[in-house]
Amino acid sequence: MKAVLLAGGLLLAFLAPAAAQIRGTGDLGIVVERASGSVLIVETTNRTVLSRVEGLGDLSHASAVFGRDQRYAYIFGRDGGLTKLDLLRAEVAARTLQAGNSIGGAISADGALVAVANYEPGGVRVFDSRDLAPVADIPAIYADDGARSKVVGIEDLGGRRFAFSLYDGGQIWLADLADPERPAITRFPDIGRLPYDALVTPDGRYYIAGLFGEDGLVLLDLWRPDPRPRRILEGYGRGEQPLPVYKMPHLEGWSQAGDYLFLPAVGRHELLVVDRRRDFAEVARIPVQGQPVFAIARPDGRQVWVNFAHPLNDTVQVVDVPSLEVVATFSPGKAILHMEFTPRGDQVWISARDSDRVVVYDTGTLEELARIEARKPSGIFFTARANRIGF
Amino acid sequence: MRELLVLLLLLPGPAVAEEAPPAERRTELLYLLRQDCGSCHGMTLAGGLGPALLPEALSDRTVEGLAEVIRAGIPGTPMPPWGFEITGEEARWLARKLKEGIPP
Repeated sequence: MKAVLLAGGLLLAFLAPAAAQIRGTGDLGIVVERASGSVLIVETTNRTVLSRVEGLGDLSHASAVFGRDQRYAYIFGRDGGLTKLDLLRAEVAARTLQAGNSIGGAISADGALVAVANYEPGGVRVFDSRDLAPVADIPAIYADDGARSKVVGIEDLGGRRFAFSLYDGGQIWLADLADPERPAITRFPDIGRLPYDALVTPDGRYYIAGLFGEDGLVLLDLWRPDPRPRRILEGYGRGEQPLPVYKMPHLEGWSQAGDYLFLPAVGRHELLVVDRRRDFAEVARIPVQGQPVFAIARPDGRQVWVNFAHPLNDTVQVVDVPSLEVVATFSPGKAILHMEFTPRGDQVWISARDSDRVVVYDTGTLEELARIEARKPSGIFFTARANRIGF
Repeated sequence: MRELLVLLLLLPGPAVAEEAPPAERRTELLYLLRQDCGSCHGMTLAGGLGPALLPEALSDRTVEGLAEVIRAGIPGTPMPPWGFEITGEEARWLARKLKEGIPP
């Protein structure tokens, strides 16, 4: 009897920390450890690692979205793995290997549907966010011979609608899953060559796809009853030969700061700035030290932080939005892959893959606040993304 | 006779000497391959936006041809030229490794 009591006591002792620590999730997030199939669960108030969760497969280009309660992260692995991670229990709540090769995903506004963009087999698959049971399969067939395209740039548009782009097919598709059994697809063919990524503005109004094969981007105004794709920044390279690209740029809704969007120029050491209020006309091009990969606005829109492609990828630059000038240049470590702001933008967390660390900065003073050890860190995702369209 | 054989074995044949970069550089090249080539071809080389670089996918490619693609890129596609940081010898070594298959 005593032994049982003792055992019970021990069990309680083990359970107690988890059960006793009632906490919110608004200051939580994950850091992807790309080479080891693991993620760190972190908190940004004291800037610490809470735990490491392993066994998530190939996370070499992994990204994540969050359920609306900000408790669960949905992590999209390169190998087609889709993992629902419980941030509070630090354990896998559900997991499925849904394709052979995938690039990212999105979650519907009501939190019910998780959609994944796949390279192999090319298309989009949609899952029930509760248990990851399959809901819909949308093959990206773009040619009469049944050829399927790799899918990129998947974004949620509010409601149960998603937009995505067909890399090989040069198309944008809108999928409305109001009736998940019968997705309604609207196709926009011939948008341009090799759309490589896309963003949706934070209001859900504009879907913008970048083109690798042409100097320009494609814009779709989703507030129009009959949206039509049109070009913006057409011929931004002015006929000059682009530089070779050692890492594809990324497009994210974070790149909007006030009325401006800051877009990486493909194959050029420039950020392109367009004004939403002036029909997306070019406002400026800001010279930077390398080819931009991410241009991410601090949530208040005062600064835009930029990282760069190999081989100039040890440097981060900060653009001051009012003056449109680079005001800071520094090196947080080797191979800077991603940057994520805390919800109000007081801190930015930066992953330095080849230095095996995440470095945290105060965005006001630009002083380093913390260094966090991580194995080959790549994407950093905080739960506040749950509250925003296009994340 | 035996001494001659040993001597022959010790003498690095020109091809062998050319095709094997120093150990430290080999480590760097394999890291570059997985981490940076991997941003398009996948860290496991099973493909991404770029095609797979696994042995079965490369079986009809020659070492020389692959090395040329690594160094010069493929104009008109996203494949960039790596000649600025990978020598011909290193590219041929990488091409051979790719065709053999590289353990994870």
